[in-house]
Amino acid sequence: MTTPVLEVRGLAYAYPDGHQALFGVNLHVHQGERVALLGPNGAGKTTLVLHLNGILTAGAGSVSVSGLPVTEPNLMEVRRRVGVVFQDPDDQLFMPSVRADVEFGPANLGLRGAALEARVVAALDQVGMLDFIDRPPHHLSFGQRRRVAVATVLAMEPEILVLDEPSSNLDPASRRELADIIRSLDVTVLMVTHDLPYAYELCPRSVVLSDGVVVADGTTREVLTDDALMSAHRLELPFGFDPRTIPTP
Amino acid sequence: MGAGHGHHLHFHGHSPVHHLPAHLKLLALVGFVLTVVLTPRTAFAAYAVYLLLVLVAQRASRVPFGYFAKRMVVEVPFVLFALLMPFVATGPRVDVGPLRLSEHGLVGGFALLAKGTLGVMASLVLATTTEPRHVVAGLERLRLPGQLVQIMGFMVRYLEVVTGELSRMKVARESRGFRATSVRAWPVLATTAGALFIRSYERGERVHLAMLSRGYTGSLPVTHPATATPAQWRVAGMLPAAALATLLVVVTR
Repeated sequence: MTTPVLEVRGLAYAYPDGHQALFGVNLHVHQGERVALLGPNGAGKTTLVLHLNGILTAGAGSVSVSGLPVTEPNLMEVRRRVGVVFQDPDDQLFMPSVRADVEFGPANLGLRGAALEARVVAALDQVGMLDFIDRPPHHLSFGQRRRVAVATVLAMEPEILVLDEPSSNLDPASRRELADIIRSLDVTVLMVTHDLPYAYELCPRSVVLSDGVVVADGTTREVLTDDALMSAHRLELPFGFDPRTIPTP
Repeated sequence: MGAGHGHHLHFHGHSPVHHLPAHLKLLALVGFVLTVVLTPRTAFAAYAVYLLLVLVAQRASRVPFGYFAKRMVVEVPFVLFALLMPFVATGPRVDVGPLRLSEHGLVGGFALLAKGTLGVMASLVLATTTEPRHVVAGLERLRLPGQLVQIMGFMVRYLEVVTGELSRMKVARESRGFRATSVRAWPVLATTAGALFIRSYERGERVHLAMLSRGYTGSLPVTHPATATPAQWRVAGMLPAAALATLLVVVTR
């Protein structure tokens, strides 16, 4: 089997205040997969995400990205390979214009001039926001800002896109537009979400994280129809949504 | 929640003044203001010429004068102080109508009013024709230290986010029957300020994480160094050059 894009082995982490968030997480994501990371609030999902690009350093265990271990000397390359889109686009978009923000990542990688411009244009085009390139981010709607946030990471040409709650606070049309964009991307995706229908729609595979360990890893359909598993880990399907009655997307 | 177009100063337009690079406009502003400040207090003719010059620049920007004038209200406290000076200053008195006013106070008040007004007008010509983010970029081009430029840039970017948060907190307070009518409301307002500080601080941390995730190493990359053509230098130089010429004529006469 080829080297996984993402390989997490026995990852454990305790915050400086002593609160332990992860107790030995194992996870493999292979190229081209779209995987949903599910779990109740406080399960350690965000903590896990912050390990994937080396913001937090593993207390025990290891993380590697396409075979490259996430360690101090590799941080720059790791952060190029792992593109994290945070939940609040106002946290992600901090530059005064859309263009400057999308440039920020690739410019940190040393790109300039025409190569930089090409990256920026391509990334904004992928999310349908090229017309807004010279606008300040705070003049965009929330859904548009979320899409630009995705573009800021795509411009770094990551090997894996990590989305933290991509559908939160979006109206149904923006939610669907973002789904279309995610489907159109030729990139491995790990999506942290509470939006189970969204996970079912976009991700063939789901991983459930609960109390700092992976408690389930299978097809999204299997996970969502396993009632015992779902109720044991505070996962609930929204009213009226039953994956059994929907054909596999 | 989508933020509105909250420009309070900038007026969108395509005049020659709008199109000048921000760093040239900043230099022109500093040059003009320095010249005005250096002008002797009694060189009344020079002040008249300066006023004319700044009005020409204002008209060249094609920003409606009403829009421009309303934003000059910021000067009011200085105007009040300048108007008080003839009454409170000491020294020889002169009769102006029914009033006996201090001569020094009259001249001092005039100079304060004239220099202040000209400074505010010139600054407004910059502010109404330049977006805040371009002002920040212009300062960066003028080699202001990177840390200061970053702090200003973040302020411009997050001002609306933070004021939006503040107004949502205000709405939430008032929705529960709160009205700030007396001193007893102060603890509540202080708590709001504290909560806003904590929220902004935490947002700062999240922004920093997002920056690190995209390879931030301590300085913002310069991707588009601003350039200016000789023609633009000449246009931007007109205002301070004309002011300086006026000053020289006045002092050498």
